[in-house]
Amino acid sequence: MPALPAVLALEDGRVFPGEGFGAEGVQTGEIVFNTSMTGYQEILTDPSYYRQIVAMTVPHVGNTGVNLEDPESKKVWVSGFVVRSLSPIVSNWRNRGDLATYLRDNGVIGVSGLATRALVRHIRAKGVMRAAVAHGDAALDTDSLTALARASLDMSGANLVDAVTASAAYDWREGSDPQWYGDASPARARPLVVAYDFGVKHNILRMLTDRGLRVTVVPAGTSPCELRALAPSGIFLSNGPGDPAAVDYAIENVRSLLGELPIFGICLGHQILALALGGKTEKMPFGHRGGNQPVKNLRTGEVEIATHNHGFAVSADSDLGGGEVTHINLNDNTVAGLRHQALRAFSVQYHPEAAPGPHDSMYLFDEFVAAVQDLV
Amino acid sequence: MPKRSDIKTIMIIGSGPIVIGQACEFDYSGVQACKALKQKGYRVVLLNSNPATIMTDPEFADATYIEPLTPSICEQIIAKEKPDALLPTVGGQTALNLAVALQEAGLLDHFSVELIGASLNSIQLAEDRQLFNETMREIGLRVPDSKVVGDVEAALSFAARIGYPTLIRPSFTMGGAGGGVAYDEDELRAVAANGIRQSPVGQVLVDKSLLGWKEYELELMRDAKGNFVVVCSIENLDPMGVHTGDSITIAPAQTLTDKELQRLRNMSRMIFDRVGITTGGANVQFAINPADGEVYVIEMNPRVSRSSALASKATGFPIAKIAALLAVGYTLDEIANDITRQTPASFEPSLDYVVVKIPRWDFKKFAGADPVLGPQMKAVGEVMAIGRTFPEALQKAVRSLDIGIDGFGSQAREHLSPEALSVPTAQRLFQVARVIGEGVPIDEIVRQTRFDPWFVQQMSELMAIHNRLLERDLRLADLDCRDMVKLKRYGFSDAYIAGLLGEAELAVRRQRKSLGVRANFYRVDTCAAEFAAHTPYLYSTYEMDDEAQPVSTRKVMILGGGPNRIGQGIEFDYCCVHACFALREMGYETIMVNCNPETVSTDYDTADRLYFEPLTAEDVMNIVDREEPDGLLVQFGGQSPLNIARDLQRMGAPIWGTSVDTIDLAEDRERFNALMGELNIRQPAGATIIMRNEATRAARRIAYPLLVRPSYVLGGRGMAIVFDEEQLLAWLDSNVTWGDHPVLLDQFLDDAYEVDVDALADGEQVTIGGIMQHIEQAGVHSGDSACVVPPYKISYFHLDVIRDYTQRIGLALNIKGLFNIQFAVKDDEVYVLEVNPRASRTVPFISKAIGQPLARYAAQIAAGKTLQEIGFVAEPAIDGFFVKEAVFPFQKFPGVDARLGPEMRSTGEVMGRASSFGHAYVKAQAAAGTPLPIGGTVFISVNDFDKGVVAKIARDLVQFGFRLVATAGTAGWLNSLGIDASPVKKLSQGAPNILDLMQDGGVDLVINTPRGGQAHEDGMRIRSQAYALGVPIITTMSAAAASVQGIRRLRESPLSVRSLQSHYAETGKTSEN
Ligand SMILES: Nc1ncnc2c1ncn2[C@@H]1O[C@H](COP(=O)(O)OP(=O)(O)O)[C@@H](O)[C@H]1O
Ligand SMILES: Nc1ncnc2c1ncn2[C@@H]1O[C@H](COP(=O)(O)OP(=O)(O)O)[C@@H](O)[C@H]1O
Ligand SMILES: [Mg+2]
Ligand SMILES: [Mg+2]
Repeated sequence: MPALPAVLALEDGRVFPGEGFGAEGVQTGEIVFNTSMTGYQEILTDPSYYRQIVAMTVPHVGNTGVNLEDPESKKVWVSGFVVRSLSPIVSNWRNRGDLATYLRDNGVIGVSGLATRALVRHIRAKGVMRAAVAHGDAALDTDSLTALARASLDMSGANLVDAVTASAAYDWREGSDPQWYGDASPARARPLVVAYDFGVKHNILRMLTDRGLRVTVVPAGTSPCELRALAPSGIFLSNGPGDPAAVDYAIENVRSLLGELPIFGICLGHQILALALGGKTEKMPFGHRGGNQPVKNLRTGEVEIATHNHGFAVSADSDLGGGEVTHINLNDNTVAGLRHQALRAFSVQYHPEAAPGPHDSMYLFDEFVAAVQDLV
Repeated sequence: MPKRSDIKTIMIIGSGPIVIGQACEFDYSGVQACKALKQKGYRVVLLNSNPATIMTDPEFADATYIEPLTPSICEQIIAKEKPDALLPTVGGQTALNLAVALQEAGLLDHFSVELIGASLNSIQLAEDRQLFNETMREIGLRVPDSKVVGDVEAALSFAARIGYPTLIRPSFTMGGAGGGVAYDEDELRAVAANGIRQSPVGQVLVDKSLLGWKEYELELMRDAKGNFVVVCSIENLDPMGVHTGDSITIAPAQTLTDKELQRLRNMSRMIFDRVGITTGGANVQFAINPADGEVYVIEMNPRVSRSSALASKATGFPIAKIAALLAVGYTLDEIANDITRQTPASFEPSLDYVVVKIPRWDFKKFAGADPVLGPQMKAVGEVMAIGRTFPEALQKAVRSLDIGIDGFGSQAREHLSPEALSVPTAQRLFQVARVIGEGVPIDEIVRQTRFDPWFVQQMSELMAIHNRLLERDLRLADLDCRDMVKLKRYGFSDAYIAGLLGEAELAVRRQRKSLGVRANFYRVDTCAAEFAAHTPYLYSTYEMDDEAQPVSTRKVMILGGGPNRIGQGIEFDYCCVHACFALREMGYETIMVNCNPETVSTDYDTADRLYFEPLTAEDVMNIVDREEPDGLLVQFGGQSPLNIARDLQRMGAPIWGTSVDTIDLAEDRERFNALMGELNIRQPAGATIIMRNEATRAARRIAYPLLVRPSYVLGGRGMAIVFDEEQLLAWLDSNVTWGDHPVLLDQFLDDAYEVDVDALADGEQVTIGGIMQHIEQAGVHSGDSACVVPPYKISYFHLDVIRDYTQRIGLALNIKGLFNIQFAVKDDEVYVLEVNPRASRTVPFISKAIGQPLARYAAQIAAGKTLQEIGFVAEPAIDGFFVKEAVFPFQKFPGVDARLGPEMRSTGEVMGRASSFGHAYVKAQAAAGTPLPIGGTVFISVNDFDKGVVAKIARDLVQFGFRLVATAGTAGWLNSLGIDASPVKKLSQGAPNILDLMQDGGVDLVINTPRGGQAHEDGMRIRSQAYALGVPIITTMSAAAASVQGIRRLRESPLSVRSLQSHYAETGKTSEN
């Protein structure tokens, strides 16, 4: 059956036509681009993309279909998915279905045949902005789509965590398949860590589990005393969507837990830790989203190629209440990691769990385990 | 880490002559390394025997040695230049092997030269296949069951265990030389024996077959701090079993998920750690089972390679340059990304386009060669194309090949059974197109080819469009804007569309433009547009907005040579790069257009702007329309740009230099004969016939022997020499289809000296650059015969005639730039064989001999300067002797007759310089890989014409203490002259015959001249045996005489070395290049 028309309409009035796939209808979100050449299924299912329309810079997407192993959460979170060329067939021994059906089943709109490079250069010049995707008849009325984009939610000040966090606490016991990540050396005693779910990616939980940690995932709103009741040996602050400054209760909770237990944060968790320490965060022009970013570890001087996915960052001039910056992104020298020795808390802006991306930064999980084990 | 200050002088070894498996990609990497290290203040000493390279231009190193790549020569250079370090990783397998030899001979320690960029240990771990396999198993990685064996019996018994088919891969060879697939014992016997011979260590690996598995390659870099990046992932369309150099490859990998790709990345990192690649670039090859993803490691190359050149062009990440900087202590984060400027080199490029590489083969030139592709590389060149999608890139790559195919499905006429697709050949891609077009289902094609279904599906989309255009009622006028955009996005060229619609290309072009469908240009930026790109490295597509941003200064476009092929290779890239430098110096913005990823011309910092595009009239005009250059240079890229010059001019492109009409005049036989008549300059008698029955009469008029050729071919293809009517008719019947093209008959100037002249003209004046005397007589293609400057066997009288002719032809043709004339001197007559109104193959060689950049002068002339203004008004005197020798691929094509003829078949060349002709010749032979012996046994077998001449040669050899063996006839003749030569059996006379003698190493030199016109069975076997065994072989009396001179000289005194720089200084020649 011939593809129906589809468009991407930006709030500044620019319109990019294409052909639709996946679900029909209209959706709004912040238009962002990702430069990872592989891993679209992980990206689609990363809760940090909630309320965002993701454009892939790699032209051919869908080649390897979708499988049961690669999702990073229970559902597809992106509001829309934009590619240059959707693969009409699937070729991979692990595949369990094609991308178009996957998006349709998840009610997500896809646009193919779109001039993604022109789009990316536009975003680079103008910064990320709100947009609407439409697939089907709605795609014909671009004016109202632009209006819709203008009326849609603004990321700055938006607390999106409530929408993605777990409704109730649960235990996570699943490790990773060694063929992808090798065998990690598990901790002797199996200490318990509590993971605050701000939109956590499953591979983080797998990496923690691989290293012998017992993980209990708790809703973002879990209070310090509820948490203490679980008697954990460490606290993990997960990645997630939206503006960190807007998640005030989380910042409060973390502040009151500082110093009690080792804390490790990733992405949004890193920003929340920074804010809890007294630092500032800011919105970036178009963020970092990709698997090829150079992060310098200031302690070792080594560079790790890391996966990034963030539109906000910890301000370089933040007062971290005695904390220090441990990692920077060499592309623009933004803060990529911090640590507070005395309070036994550290965090990174990027994604050591990869999925998708290089595995250079796995050592951070080992450091967390080490910190946790000191208590056991 | 900042750069190392404890080393001052660094020696770089180049890769020597262009051979199959090692082409000009190593000129590119060498040039990058030289530039980078000089720029950082190091003193660079360069050794490379190949004069056609850009790296051997005096300006790229502080001391440049164009000398044989042998340990003894190296030793002399090291003793003289006292380098602190040796960088062996940018000169291919040749440099690596030479470095190992030096190290093992204790020379590096003795002169305390440090090996940088690689350690002997890691080289051995990576290159010794058995060691490598064991190492891989130690770190828990899978490798195919395999065994290293030194003899055929061992190979057979191991094969019996793992079963057939088996793979044979020799150790320490490059391009898979000597490798092969054996499906049964007999095949294994042959393949293993050949492989063992070709391996420098006499070993081959017998491998369990992974035929048909997916093949991938990762290009990687790591620095002294352990920082590690994947520059590029490359996926082979052709599955395991076809050498990566013979495979169509795609970047980035298209059919792997992230987990699968990261697994390869992690494995590569483990391999780096274990093998000990501490700094620099390397690649790792993997095989993946398409059924379950099981991964096997195939090999690692601990150096910059062919594929790293490809990866550099595909990503904009300059691997060789960075490898050189890492070798002297920099770390990746200390090196800036030239393209974005604001970000460091410690990152992994992200591609928002697709790159396709297709090899270029030249089987037509090697009658009898096995055209089936396998683990041994057979391609002589390659093209790369960039598109936004695979179909677009594939179609651009196909038309880049310059083999008269407009697009993926435009060729492939003959009908085929799908089964035929299971055999990999040069045609397979087009056969696949054909078969898809006929409606054979994708999975059937996948079953036969073992291509990944994803690619076949993309190809089938192309054929669907192709078939739609063939629908009878479809007219060009019916195509609307949307259709046209779609066609162009799928990479359909105007010519392809025209062909399908039965229209003229220009009509399609007009229609397309009237619909407002124009190409737009995107930048290769390493980062998928995340950051702004400051280098205008561009490719065309048909999408939204345009990043070319042309500037409005005076600008010139230079058309490159396209893919390397026999007859058109690195020499022309040399000329293009020089033209570029010259025009930049004159204040022009330079725009390079080329599609050959191996070249220096496609380095993004050679020209001001680089368009990586096919060299078709359409693609070039797209750029002309966008850039509106003041001029186009078509004289530097060899024949290919000349071939489209006429069309370009018709479409309004401003062609500079020699006019299109002159080009036509020089190539149109009638017009050219007429002109020579006017100038009364003698040419061989000739005739053009269009019907078979004219042949015999014309032939009798001209008189035998005759040189015959179809009128439309280049590179001497299809040429033959016939000695009588029988041969003539036989050739006509087997080579000519009457009607379409005439056939040319020429008086064959038998036993004549051939002379090549390269000269410059500006319309007012002609200045000769150099006169080269061929060693072999006319009848051996100018590209295949050795030659020497200055001429040492031609009378002053004839030289003056040649000078006079050159003057008059240059002026009469109104040449504006370089031109080349081939003369033949026979019985006191000077004949003109042909005029090439362009830079010729010998320009780099001559430029180095005279220390004058002829190509630069030519570019200046094209831009309006006169020879007076340039100051090049007199033919330079030459100090000493410079000998060029050709290098042939016969070893790769067993069974092909190695006799030299009018059809060019050499892939590369080397140069030998010395104060005597003898030494220069000896050096050239050594550099060509077949050093002349100074003692031992010489086998002589010559035809009757040559018996007279051979007597003197034989006498000299005996006098030098050589032992002579000869076939009965020759032996008897020699004995009758009192020359002692023992007879040896012919092949027909049973064992032990000459082949056995050679096999047992009983022959150190072969002198064999073919009998009559026909390839002679015995002679042919002897010649190809000699190539297979690497025994020096001489097939002409003139070369034999030259060799005797060389041997004599060598016995008198040893070889010595001298850098070009000191040569020019001592001979008071100024060298601007
Ligand atoms: N076990 C095998 N089964 C099938 N094909 C193989 C096997 N090993 C190597 N090959 C093929 O042979 C080619 C050349 O082998 P390789 O080790 O890469 O030699 P080279 O050093 O010449 O690149 C590879 O590109 C691959 O296609
Ligand atoms: N009339 C001739 N007599 C003898 N040899 C010839 C004659 N014409 C051409 N040749 C030989 O054939 C070779 C190729 O011919 P040429 O016209 O130069 O073709 P190409 O275009 O390939 O250079 C020459 O280098 C020369 O050695
Ligand atoms: Mg290889
Ligand atoms: Mg190799």
